Amino acid sequence: MPQLKPAVNSNDHILGSMNAPIELVEYGDYQCPHCGRAYPIIKNIQKKLGDNLKFVFRNFPLSEIHPNAVNAAVAAEAASQQNKFWEMHGIIYENQQHLSDVDLVRYAAKIALNLEQFKLDFETPQFLEKTELDFESGVRSGVNGTPSFFINGEKYDGDWDEIPFLSYLRSLI
Amino acid sequence: MLSIGTQAPDFSLHTTPDQKISLSELRGKRVILAFYPADWSPVCGDQMALYNQTLKFFHKHNAELIGISVDSKWCHLAFSQDRKLHFPLLADFEPKGTVSKLYDVYDEKEGESRRALYVLDEEGIIRWNYLSPVGMNPGADGILDALDEMDKK
Repeated sequence: MPQLKPAVNSNDHILGSMNAPIELVEYGDYQCPHCGRAYPIIKNIQKKLGDNLKFVFRNFPLSEIHPNAVNAAVAAEAASQQNKFWEMHGIIYENQQHLSDVDLVRYAAKIALNLEQFKLDFETPQFLEKTELDFESGVRSGVNGTPSFFINGEKYDGDWDEIPFLSYLRSLI
Repeated sequence: MLSIGTQAPDFSLHTTPDQKISLSELRGKRVILAFYPADWSPVCGDQMALYNQTLKFFHKHNAELIGISVDSKWCHLAFSQDRKLHFPLLADFEPKGTVSKLYDVYDEKEGESRRALYVLDEEGIIRWNYLSPVGMNPGADGILDALDEMDKK
């Protein structure tokens, strides 16, 4: 079974308790409809598992089939500069049909980012590089489509509909 | 599958309606042969869409990727344009599955290629092979690990 490379580290966006017994990593693409369907499922799972879950999101934009996926990823990364990665991540998935650059700025405004700062950060190479590094780590970890999940470092190829996913995760506690 | 260390048999197949590719033309480059069942599998989990995005990692190792299925050259053309693929797809179409059979990766029951990978070195010697379970996209990690190993030698 493929292993997560590199392991979760300080460059990652992490939600939940650092000492949680379950570490769930998603490789996702903001324009991928399956990832859009996974978004509310993950949210519910986070609610239900509480402190037992640590959730990490890494970018895996398939830009050739999803032309807005890279810019959406960079926008979420840029929002992290103002400590609003997860707010941006959420609003993008909630509006994934509309991901032009104009839309992304609109979402940035809606979550009350400093827009001047956001636009500057959006153009900074570091966030595009972060997105590309995420992608490369996904390839090396055996990501074969989106979303791909890793649980405690191991690739999970099971069902990620809420009921089976939740019951599998609970079995690990 | 054909064994590691053996010479990969040569073949010549259509890549576009008016162009053929022979394996022997690629001597001097490493070659990844990706046999797959059919064009038009669902997008987000599609093996060819994934490889389209990982080409630059293959190129760093002097490796070219070739997709092979029993779909016709016209089908490949439409699929390739739809997915904006930047590598050739070869049509193992007539006589059907000849090259897949030559590489021992033909599924007689389905009449399709299996999902199988070969990595060849600059001289066309097989250095790595992998047969994927049915319905499972093997990803690119195995290919890249094999190319890393070849770089060490």
